[in-house]
This record gives sequence, C-alpha cells and structure tokens, in this order.
Amino acid sequence: MSTAINIAQVHKYYGNLYALKGITLQIERGEFFGLLGPNGAGKSTLINIMAGLTRANGGRVSILDHDVAKHYRFARRCLGVVPQELVFDPFFTVREVLRIQAGYFGLGPENYAWIDELIDALMLSDKADTNMRALSGGMKRRVLIGQALVHKPEVVVLDEPTAGVDVELRKSLWAFIERLHNEGHTIVLTTHYLEEAEALCDRIAILNHGQVIALDTKEALLARDIGGKRSLHVTLARPLDPIPSALRSIVKKELGYEIVFELNNESVSILDVVDSLRQAGATILDLQTEKTDLEDIFIDLIQGKAS
Amino acid sequence: MNWLGLRTLFFKEILRFSKVYLQTLFAPMVTALLYLLVFSHILEGRLEVYEGVSYTAFLIPGLMMMTIIQNAFANSSSSLIQSKVTGNLIFVLLTPLSHFEIYLAFTLAAIVRGVFVGVGVYVVAISFTDVGFYNLGYALLFALTGSAVLATLGIIAGIWADKFDQLAGFTNFLIMPLSFLSGVFYSIHSLPPVWQEISRFNPFFYMIDGFRYGFFGVSDVDPRFSLLITNAFLAVLVLLTLSLLRSGYKLRD
Ligand SMILES: Nc1ncnc2c1ncn2[C@@H]1O[C@H](COP(=O)(O)OP(=O)(O)OP(=O)(O)O)[C@@H](O)[C@H]1O
Ligand SMILES: [Mg+2]
Repeated sequence: MSTAINIAQVHKYYGNLYALKGITLQIERGEFFGLLGPNGAGKSTLINIMAGLTRANGGRVSILDHDVAKHYRFARRCLGVVPQELVFDPFFTVREVLRIQAGYFGLGPENYAWIDELIDALMLSDKADTNMRALSGGMKRRVLIGQALVHKPEVVVLDEPTAGVDVELRKSLWAFIERLHNEGHTIVLTTHYLEEAEALCDRIAILNHGQVIALDTKEALLARDIGGKRSLHVTLARPLDPIPSALRSIVKKELGYEIVFELNNESVSILDVVDSLRQAGATILDLQTEKTDLEDIFIDLIQGKAS
Repeated sequence: MNWLGLRTLFFKEILRFSKVYLQTLFAPMVTALLYLLVFSHILEGRLEVYEGVSYTAFLIPGLMMMTIIQNAFANSSSSLIQSKVTGNLIFVLLTPLSHFEIYLAFTLAAIVRGVFVGVGVYVVAISFTDVGFYNLGYALLFALTGSAVLATLGIIAGIWADKFDQLAGFTNFLIMPLSFLSGVFYSIHSLPPVWQEISRFNPFFYMIDGFRYGFFGVSDVDPRFSLLITNAFLAVLVLLTLSLLRSGYKLRD
C-alpha cells in the first residue's frame, strides 16, 4: 500500500485569517477516510488545496506521489473532487456537462460508455438531456458527483455530498460510493451527519480551527474514554414532579414521561437511579442505555479544544 | 499539450456564445449597421477622407473593426466573470489544463466570435456600397491580431473583476472610449494636432488604421508599422496574462 494523499505541514492564510495551521495527514490507498469538523474548521480549504483550486501558503500536498503544485497534470488526473457548493453551468445539459468535463481530461468518445454508465448509476437517465438549470438541487448534486468521476480517478474526495439530499437518495448515494470503494477507489468524505461517518469510514480525522485534533481508526476513536459518560433513558407511567434531589444534578433532558440521565462511572449507577425513582413513587415502564457514539466523542473533542 | 482538453474548452466557449446568438452575434451586427445607416446618411457626400473613397465606404472597415474588437473583448471577459461569479470556473481549474491551454482556448473562441460578427457586418454593409479589398491579407492579419489583443484584454479584465459592475467599468471607461476614439469615424488627420498626437498613443488606432489599409491601400500610418505596434502590444498582454494565470491571481487564491 502506498499513500493516496500525503499532506505535509500545510498552512493557509486568508488575509488575517489563519485557516490551516500546519496540517499533516496521510491517507492510504484504498481507505475510506472521514474528514470531520465543525463549520469553518478548514475542511473545504484543505480539499481545495488538494484540487489546486486554492494555493497553500506553506507545506506540500501530493496525490499518489504527484505534487499538486509541481506536477498538477498528474495529480489532477488521479483526483476527483465533488465540491461543497452546488455550482453548475447553466448553458448545458447533463450529458453535455459530463462529456465536456471528460474532454478537459483529454477523454473523447471512447469514454462515452462510461458517462452513460455514470448517468445510469446516478439515476439521471431521464434527465440526461435536460438543461442543468431545470434540475432540482439533489439532481445537481448528483451531476457534481458524476463530473468528479468522468475520468475514473483513483482518489475521490467528496465535500458534504449528502447535504440537502433526501433520505432515499442519500442511501443510494452511499451504496454507490461504497461500490466505488469496493472497486478500489480511495474515498475521502466530509459530512456533518456523524452517523454516516460512523457507518462508512475506516479512519477519521477531526479538524478544528485549522488543526487536526484527532486522527485515528473509527474503532479506536469510539473506544476513547470520555469520562465513561453514558446516557440512561427512563420512561415513566406518569410525569414525575419533583425529580428526587439526589438525581437532579445528572438530568440531561426532561420531557415529561421521559427523563434522560447522564451517568458517569464514579458517581451514580443505574441501580441508584432506579432506586431513587421508585422511592419517589414513580412507575418505570422502560429503561434504555446508550453507548458512546461518534457524536459524543466529536462534541467532547471540540469542546475540549475550545475550553 | 492536452490537445483534446484545449479543443473541448474552445468548443465549450463557442457553444456558450452560440447558444445565445441573438445577444452575442446578431445584436452587435445590428448596432454596427445602425451606426452605418445614421452616419452615412448624415455625412455621405459632405466628407471625403481619402481621395476616391466615399464616406460610407470609409466607415465600413472602421465599424467592422470596432465590432470585432468589442465582441472579442466581451466574449472572454463575460465568460470569465460569469463562471467566476457562478463558481463553475472550478470545473476548468481542477482539470489538467495548463494556464497556457486555458489562455489559448478562451482567446481563440473570442477571436472566432469577433471575426464572425465582423464578417457579418461586412456582408450586410456591401449591400449599401461597394467595398472591395486592396489587400485581403492585411485585413485578415489585423482582424486576427486585433481580436487577439482584445480577447487577451478581456481575460485580464475577467480575472481582475470580482463583480459585473467592475467589468462594466472596465468596458465603459477603457474599451469603449479607446475604440470610439481610434479613428472609426474619421481619419486622425482631420483632428487638431494635439489630438493627433494623443491618438498615436491609442493602440486601437493602429488596428483600425491597418485594417482599413487592407481595404483601400491608403492609411494614416504605414501598415507595417501598425502591424508592429499591434503585435508588440499583443506580446506584452499575452505575457502579462500568462503570468497572471500561472500565478493563480484571483482564480486560485
Ligand atoms: N475564499 C475565502 N476567503 C476568505 N476566507 C475564507 C475563504 N474560504 C474559506 N475562508 C475561511 O476559512 C475558514 C475555513 O473555511 P472552510 O470553508 O475550509 O471550512 P469548512 O471546514 O469546510 O466548513 P463547513 O463545514 O462550513 O463547510 C473559515 O473561517 C472561512 O471563513
Ligand atoms: Mg466546507
């Protein structure tokens, strides 16, 4: 295995704004990599530098060992980027857009079959000869994905591909991206739907304020000890008022019949909660605990950095 | 060279303006013909710039060149600013196309539009009065270099402008005055000496004067000198544009 994307000490300023503060990351061939972080963390900036849409102020990025600045022709042939913004060319139809995009990469009619396959896979067959202007937002997003894939790049970077896409389509998009991954493509994904990242990615980097604050396999991230926090959902027969004083400090949410407690290892156990509730005369209908998910880890990391 | 990529971008640019042909091809022809109608009606017979050349005939090459110039500029500049503002320029920027290939594709497409509109004006104009060519080669040479100059200026303006009104400023305060004051409607010999001198600093003057030579075999300055000036100007602009594109100025910030 060699490196698909090598990012070394990348810095980026926008005027006074220090958007990337020395990012170093290596993404291996064949990986499904998640690039996560809150709004403004620098994810898109980093992706734009990979694609040559933005120039870094320092550091180096290479795609399959081709430097994105010095050997951009090679680097860009290996890379397909789905941009975050829904941009499109209003002068052309879906098929025209895809053929033109392939042409820029030096691919002519020999590539038309692949374009038809893409149109099919992205469920755009009935819109193939429709002008871009007349597509819905989700359809435009699918064309963007098609444009990123016209030249069969080995490395595919998707910047929030599922933003504004309905549930059904999102599922089919994921199936499509998983297929690409299984066919050997390296996938880099940014998303704000953390369940998506949790379900799909092998390895995850979390960016915040232009720095990598976590970089690990998904399993290792999920196994992180964030103070042993767990949530306990309790459903009662009747709303309980007042909540016993011993429990008040650990209430996370209270919605009448339902109370969510936040437990952590040292203080209160599940049994303590149940005992106190019964002593207060409550009838417990249901109890549920929730394991840590990526969202808990994410929030913990982001807040940890902020404080 | 990525020839197919270059060709694709060139054809995309051609398609872009030909899909809106009313605005990009016919409107400028109509404008030029209106000038021709009005000015030739008012001034025909009262003015003879060159011996044996009627005013209407004198006006035709000037109007043709002005149309060529303005449309070559409009094509590259508006294509660039549009795709910058709507964001779809990234589809070109993230491909293996080099800065030189991008330059060439935009410039060639702008030349095609300029020359097409210029020829259109000629075809209609010869129904007014008979205008032949003294030296077709010169006329073609000036049409091509002139539109190349303006296509290149259009790329510079398109790169520099962030908004449509900045581009409109570039067009209205630079391109329009320079093209109107370049001797389209008159010979600079009919101007007061001071203005004659000032006109000599207007590069557009040489394009129009040289182009007109191709029709009548007479001109205000030696056409070889005009050709030299026009090409020198083109060379400077090309170098500037290529270095802007290579540096990624405003496009890859
Ligand atoms: N062209 C630009 N000019 C000036 N500042 C910019 C530009 N692009 C991005 N920034 C700034 O750089 C920072 C990082 O932005 P970036 O778009 O990379 O964030 P992101 O992680 O992709 O966020 P999101 O999740 O909202 O897409 C932000 O503070 C943003 O305001
Ligand atoms: Mg972003």
